[in-house]
Amino acid sequence: MRWAIAVVAGLAMFIALPHVLSYSQQEILVLLVINVLLVVSYRMQTLTGEWSLGHVVIMGVGGYASALFAKGLGIPVPISMLLGAVTAAAVAYGLSFPLLRMKGFYFLIGSFAAGEIIRLIWKRFTDPFGGPKGLKLIPEFPSFELGGLHWDFYEPVHYYYLAGLVVAASLFILYRIERSRLGLTFHAIHWQDKLAESVAINTTRYRTMAFVIASFFAGLAGALYAHYVGSVNPTRFDVAEMVYVLIWAIVGGTATFYGPILGVTVLTIINEVLLRELGVDEMRPMFYGAILIASILFLPNGLESLITKGLEWFRRRRGEAPGAVDQSAK
Amino acid sequence: MADLLLQTLVNATYAASYMALIAVGLVMIFGVMGVINFAHGELYMAGAYTVVFLYAKQDFPFFVAVAVGLVFVGLLGLVMERGLFRPLRSNPLGGLIASIGFLLILQTLAVLGFGVRMEHIPPSTQEKLILGDAIVLTYQRLYVIVAAIILLSGLWVFLRKSRFGWALRACAQDPEAARLQGISLNRTAQLAMFIGAALAGVAGALTAPLVSPTPLMGHSVIVTAFIIIIVGGIGHLEGAVVAAILYAFVHTFVTTLFDGVIANIVGLALMLTVLVVKPTGLFGAKERA
Repeated sequence: MRWAIAVVAGLAMFIALPHVLSYSQQEILVLLVINVLLVVSYRMQTLTGEWSLGHVVIMGVGGYASALFAKGLGIPVPISMLLGAVTAAAVAYGLSFPLLRMKGFYFLIGSFAAGEIIRLIWKRFTDPFGGPKGLKLIPEFPSFELGGLHWDFYEPVHYYYLAGLVVAASLFILYRIERSRLGLTFHAIHWQDKLAESVAINTTRYRTMAFVIASFFAGLAGALYAHYVGSVNPTRFDVAEMVYVLIWAIVGGTATFYGPILGVTVLTIINEVLLRELGVDEMRPMFYGAILIASILFLPNGLESLITKGLEWFRRRRGEAPGAVDQSAK
Repeated sequence: MADLLLQTLVNATYAASYMALIAVGLVMIFGVMGVINFAHGELYMAGAYTVVFLYAKQDFPFFVAVAVGLVFVGLLGLVMERGLFRPLRSNPLGGLIASIGFLLILQTLAVLGFGVRMEHIPPSTQEKLILGDAIVLTYQRLYVIVAAIILLSGLWVFLRKSRFGWALRACAQDPEAARLQGISLNRTAQLAMFIGAALAGVAGALTAPLVSPTPLMGHSVIVTAFIIIIVGGIGHLEGAVVAAILYAFVHTFVTTLFDGVIANIVGLALMLTVLVVKPTGLFGAKERA
């Protein structure tokens, strides 16, 4: 019963939210929803313990592929989006052969290099990738009539509902994967890879799977982005953007499913509400840098650790067993 | 044809010099602290902007500006060590991430102080060396080559012969054992960070008139430095020098034959190949962390 109320309340908030915001805030809301999918899929990648610096480029692969399928081959946009995600997953599968032979720093730098190569290929080969200027005039999601309403996805509110639906479904799938045997295996590989191997778990195979699944959803986020904004270019997916994903994940925390969502939401709100109001656009990177340093020094487990601690305190006051909700325990 | 080849050779020597300065600094920092300093490209940028400020805007002599750049960026390194890497010593990935934060701060400071536009610095000298018939080496580039040779051989002697150098190498090999011998890890880390950062700073300061600094110039520098330290073997000083020379020659020749973007792709592919085939690098340094 309590769950049902929570779901209904969440749904009502999801539907009502854009109507209390201004037009430009609605546009940001759409990007926030897409970024939620990006950062949650990034967390799926980090479950096996490997931090990639190529995730945003993989997102770009999804965006470029979907745009090219729709624009060049005339494939309907909903199908091309899925194909874009599949392309991202396929590229990740191909990259997994060199990349997943590495661990730790080597994987980090290797994924960075692989991402840079992809970006330089976009930049260098004007046909079909459009060179440094990228692709423009990407077809938008087709409009249709439903429930007496004309759904025109040029409107941020309408695209928000579409993206929200896709992202909610993706989050559900990602959540179920993490809770499944597969997800538990990812966790096992992260904390005890030698032990996992000794009980006949093929760690390379599972690390590949985490990488491919995460890349599929990153590609989907990229496709959602491409057909909303209408253009993609190599700079949009460069390492500076990757740094923001990293910051969202670190500030939010990656021990829980909701940590990265918390991180991206809080930072987007601070960014848009505070910084835009103050009119200090140039200071943005400094602000993010300071937040990143402060959070790694003083809140190494992210904002989520505040919530888990708060919940624990709350339960203890009600006389339940302490530590029952401590999911961040390593 | 022979002239073109020799000219490219001279250009590659110049590129190898400043790349070696940057990469050796990065390796020093990694060797002693186990942290990959992602902000290394921005330290290079800080060195370049010291020259922009002192030499181009305040009319100080070029070499004074370079010397100030060396010290200033070295001090920036000390700030990083004290503020970021020391508290995060048990968490090497945390150190890397904190250095990304520091990178963003340095970039923003450069944008706020000087604007995002490219700076054009007049060369400090118009003289050039003509080798053979038509092979040109400007003095500005010659300075970089000479400085790299002096600084790197000085560093080599320092590391081999002085007590500080011994302590530094001991810390790089085994921090625990070094501590048991009474070597202060903090002091050694500061020294390594100062030297590493100062090398990046002096490279930036010396090449500033040649590259037109922008606040975002660090990105391509850190990519280059990563390629070099991976190819040479992370944490291996001589390896970094050899890899810098190798990479500079490959990059310069591919740029001359095709174009710069292809050269970057080739460089990155070279690094990926090394990562796959021999992750410890060509010189097989032992893996840390």
